Amino acid sequence: MASVKRRVAVIGAGITLFRRRMRETGRELSFYAAKMALETAGITIRDVDAVVCGSAPDAFDGVHMKGEYLLDGMGGHNKPYVRVYVGGGTGVFTPIAAWWHVASGHFDVVLAIAEEKMSSCHPHPQKAFTTIFDPIYTRPLGPNLVWIFALEMQRYMSVHGVKKEQIALISVKNKRNALDHPCAQLPAKITVQDVLNSEVMVWPVQRLDISPPSDGAAAVVLAAEHIAKRLTDDPVWIEGVGWCLDSTYWTNRDLYYPKYVEYAARMAYKMAGIKNPPKEIDVAEPYDPFDYKEAHHAEGLMLARKGEYLKGIKDEDDIFARYGRDGDLPICPSGGLLGVGNPIAAAGLMKVCEIFWQLRGEAGKRQVKNDPRTGVAQAWGDLMQVGTVIVMRA
Amino acid sequence: MERRVAIVGVGYSGFAPQTADVSYKELMFEAATRAYEDAGIDPRRDVNSFITCAEDYWEGFSIFDEFVPDQLGAVLKPTCTVSADGLYGLVNAVMQIQSGLFDVVVVEAHSKASDILTYDDLLRFAMDPIYTRPLGWHAYALAGLEMARYLYDTGALEEHCAMVVEKNKANALLNPLASYGAKVSMDDVMASRPLFSPLKELDVAPLADGCVVMVLAAEEVARRLTDMPIWVLGMGWASESISPEIRDWCRAIYAELASQMAYDMAGITSPAKEVDLLEVDDRFSYKELQHVEALGICAYGEACRLLEEGIFDRDGDLPVNPSGGSLGVGNLLEASGLFRALEVVLQLRGEAGRHQVPDAEVGLAQCWRGLPTASGAVIILGVEREVGA
Repeated sequence: MASVKRRVAVIGAGITLFRRRMRETGRELSFYAAKMALETAGITIRDVDAVVCGSAPDAFDGVHMKGEYLLDGMGGHNKPYVRVYVGGGTGVFTPIAAWWHVASGHFDVVLAIAEEKMSSCHPHPQKAFTTIFDPIYTRPLGPNLVWIFALEMQRYMSVHGVKKEQIALISVKNKRNALDHPCAQLPAKITVQDVLNSEVMVWPVQRLDISPPSDGAAAVVLAAEHIAKRLTDDPVWIEGVGWCLDSTYWTNRDLYYPKYVEYAARMAYKMAGIKNPPKEIDVAEPYDPFDYKEAHHAEGLMLARKGEYLKGIKDEDDIFARYGRDGDLPICPSGGLLGVGNPIAAAGLMKVCEIFWQLRGEAGKRQVKNDPRTGVAQAWGDLMQVGTVIVMRA
Repeated sequence: MERRVAIVGVGYSGFAPQTADVSYKELMFEAATRAYEDAGIDPRRDVNSFITCAEDYWEGFSIFDEFVPDQLGAVLKPTCTVSADGLYGLVNAVMQIQSGLFDVVVVEAHSKASDILTYDDLLRFAMDPIYTRPLGWHAYALAGLEMARYLYDTGALEEHCAMVVEKNKANALLNPLASYGAKVSMDDVMASRPLFSPLKELDVAPLADGCVVMVLAAEEVARRLTDMPIWVLGMGWASESISPEIRDWCRAIYAELASQMAYDMAGITSPAKEVDLLEVDDRFSYKELQHVEALGICAYGEACRLLEEGIFDRDGDLPVNPSGGSLGVGNLLEASGLFRALEVVLQLRGEAGRHQVPDAEVGLAQCWRGLPTASGAVIILGVEREVGA
C-alpha cells in the first residue's frame, strides 16, 4: 500500500457540558463545541474549508437525515459537509474522516464535530437501542444493550477469571478522575462497595458499572502542516488512524476479546510506527461506556495482554498506581464516559479532545504526570462490532 | 491532485419498483459480486476499505452500519457508513485513496424503497421538529413552492418541465435498468393530476429499488486491473442550510458550489464545451433545468430554451439524463447519485447499449439529497484519450 505523505494536526478542541437533559437543541450544542474549537485554534468559521459531522442513531432525536438537520449549527452552510457514521465508534471516526479530507490534499482546514442529544428519546434513550437488532434473528428475543453487554462482561470475566471487584475499580477510578473535568456529568468519589451495592441492571452489570446517557457535543479543528505551523506552536499530529468492522452476526463470535479493536489498533500503530504499544504510548483513552469495556478495549489496543489488564490489581491503590494520572500508564485521565458522561458520538470525540489537551499540557488538574508525547483514543460501537482508533503525537 | 483514482469495476442489482424476492442484503451481495467480477478482484484479498451510504430511517434500523459487512465481503476490514447519497461515498473513497492510506476502496449504495411503509412520514421527520414540521406540510410541498419560484424567476413554463418528463421517460424506454420508461407527451404530463401546484403527478419520480457497487483504485493498481479505467477528473460537494426560510428558492447554490469545486479540480473552465454528457438529479422535473443551470452549462433561465432546441436530447449536443434519470429509472433514495455515476461509467466505456451516447469522453454525474435538503455532490469522470486521437 502507498504511504501517507501529508501531515495533519489538531489545532483546536471544544466541548460542551455533558448533561442528562440539556435545554439546548442538537444544533446549539454543536455550535457551542465548534465555537470553542475554532476560538482555541484562533480562526473563524470562514477559515474552515469543509465540515465533517458525527452523530449516532437518528432515533434519539426523532429526526430523519440528522446530519442535514445539524448542518446549520455545525457551520456547514455553503460548505462541503458530510456526516459519517459507525454507531458508537463515530466519535473517534469523525476526526478520522476529517483527517482524510486534509491528508488527501483537498482541504487545508477541516472542522470535525460530534453531537448527541439522547434526552429527546422517550421514555428513555435505551428504547432507541431496541431498534438496532436484526429484525428476523435477534429482535424477536427482545434484547437491549445492557442485556448483551452483560453477556460480554460475563464472558470476559469467566474466560480470564477476572473478579467483579476488580472491574468495579475502573468505575471508581474514572468517576474520581472526572471530579476534575469541568464538563462532567457524573463525577463522584465512590468505592468498590458502592458499585457492588448498586442496583442490578442485568447481572453482572450494575448501575454504577454503566455510563449515563447524556446530551453534549465536542469538536476539533484539523489543519494541514503548513497551516498548523502558522497558527500554533503546539500542533498535535494525527500520526495513526485505524478502524475495523466485524460481522453483523455477533452471536457467532467469542465475546471475550474485541478482535476488531485489535485490527483497528494495528492499522493505526503501523501508520504511526508503533511496535510496542505499552512502552511507546504515554496516555490512553479507551472507550469505557461500561467499566469492563476499559479493560476489554485496553487489551484490544494491546496495552495489556489478553485478560491481564487487571492482573494483580486488588484495590484502589493498585489501580491508581497502574492507571491513575501519576501511574505507570494513565488511562482515561478525563474521567471517561463513566465520569464525564456518554453522549455517544460526542463522548468518543471528547476522548480525542482529552488526548489533545494532555499532549499540549493543557489538561489543567487532569494533566498526567509523565510528560506525554504519544497518546491514543479509541471508540467502539455497532453490535459489539466496530473499533476506531487515533494515535496522536505532540 | 497527485494521486489519480479510477473506477475499475461496477455492479448493480434490483432496479425495479418492487424486489420482494430478495432482501437488501441479497441486493447488496448480487451487486457487489458483479462489481468484483467486473474489476477482477477478490474482496477479501484485494480491497482495503469499504464505504456504504445509508440513512437509518430509510432502512428501518438504528445504526444500519451494523448490517453491511458480511454481504460485501468486508468483515474485519475498515468499513464505514457515509450518511448521504452514494456520490458522497464515492468522493470519500477517492479521498481515502488520495490520502495514501489505501489503494482499493469499494462504495455501495442502495434503495429498498419498497420495504418502506411510511415514506411520506419519513420525509416529514426530516424537517426541523420545531420550525417546519409543525406546519404539517408534506415535504413535496417544498418542491411545489420551489418550482413556482423557479418558474417565476426564470420565465420557464410548466410546459418545459413537462418536456423534461417526456424526454427522460422516452430515454428510459431504451434502458433495461429503467422501471418507468414510457411514451408520454408534454400534454399527458400537463394533464396529469395536480399534486403540489404547479407540481403534477408525472413531474415526480416514483420510487424504485436498486443497488450499485463500485470499485475504485489508485492509478498503479487501476492500470493493472483494467484497460479501460474511468478516471475521476473532478469532484465536489456542498450543502445549504436545511432551513427553507433562509435558502435560495430559485438557484441550486449547493450544486453551483459543488460543481465549481469539481471543475476547479478537473481544470474545466467551459463545462458546456468540455463535458460530453450530464446525469443530473431530476426527482422533480424542474430540478433538471435548475441543476443544469447551477452546473454552469447555461445562465439561469436558459435551460428551457436549450431543452426546446433539443440540445439535451440523447442525440443532442449535450445529452442530459440519457439513462432516463430518476423520472425514468425511479427515485433510488441514497443510490440515486451512484446510479448516475454508474450510467456515466457505462456510457464512457461504450457499454450503454441502446441508449449509448456517441463518442463520450467526459461525463458529469450530480446528485441532490432530496427533500427537504439542499445538499448535493458532483463527480466528473473521463476516459483516457487515445494517443494521437
